[in-house]
Amino acid sequence: MAESLKLMPGIADAIRRHGVDTYPNECCGALIGADGLVEHVAPLPNTTEEGARRRFLIRPSDYKFVEQEATRLNRELLGFYHSHPDHPARPSQYDLDHAFPFFWYVIVSVQQATPEDMTVWRLADDRSQFREAALQDA
Amino acid sequence: MGPRKRSVGSGARGPRDKVKTMANKILIPTPLRPFTGKQDAVEVDGTTIGELLGNLTAQYAGLKPHLYNEQGKLRSFVNVYLNDEDIRYLEKEKTAVKPGDTISIIPSVAGGNEPESKN
Repeated sequence: MAESLKLMPGIADAIRRHGVDTYPNECCGALIGADGLVEHVAPLPNTTEEGARRRFLIRPSDYKFVEQEATRLNRELLGFYHSHPDHPARPSQYDLDHAFPFFWYVIVSVQQATPEDMTVWRLADDRSQFREAALQDA
Repeated sequence: MGPRKRSVGSGARGPRDKVKTMANKILIPTPLRPFTGKQDAVEVDGTTIGELLGNLTAQYAGLKPHLYNEQGKLRSFVNVYLNDEDIRYLEKEKTAVKPGDTISIIPSVAGGNEPESKN
């Protein structure tokens, strides 16, 4: 794990809390910051129509909003987080198929409404797999 | 090599007749900007969305695998907007583009865990 993503104090708790609030459905949101340091999270609605216990979807207008918000804050959109209710914090094939390069993807496992592992991943250059990175408190 | 064809028009050579095709602005989302030299918008020539995207990926080859799948089709999680309209509701990649139109590439951020295992 050569790479690492750092979280400002309170960020990890905010992601866990969101995962608990939406349990048994998946939560999702944006990570905003700079140079591998997450300074803000933006919880977003899960707009999937394929069953929110197993899927999340961020609509294009919300994507545009967080990208503009990052610019307004003079920061970058670093990536997104989502929860895996009653499943491990590991990316699925579906996550891989939908991933974009360079974004950080944080996953929190929520087991029986209790947050457990939190992990972070990035897409390999050839799109073949996710590579796990280290998640650290800043 | 044959004689090079000049642009059509009155024959006068001025700044206005140097380009026959038109350039449109394409807005690039954050994760694809490393492939466009960190630019959040690039100017590309073309008369349809398909042509513009073809020219975009010819100019910035690193974008191609992230916009198109192995079959050469636009990936389902890549949304392309002509001004504020999703091209899926227009004529998809055959949608005509006019001078001044802005094209946006907007990711559908999606994911989830594995489907329910069968009992």
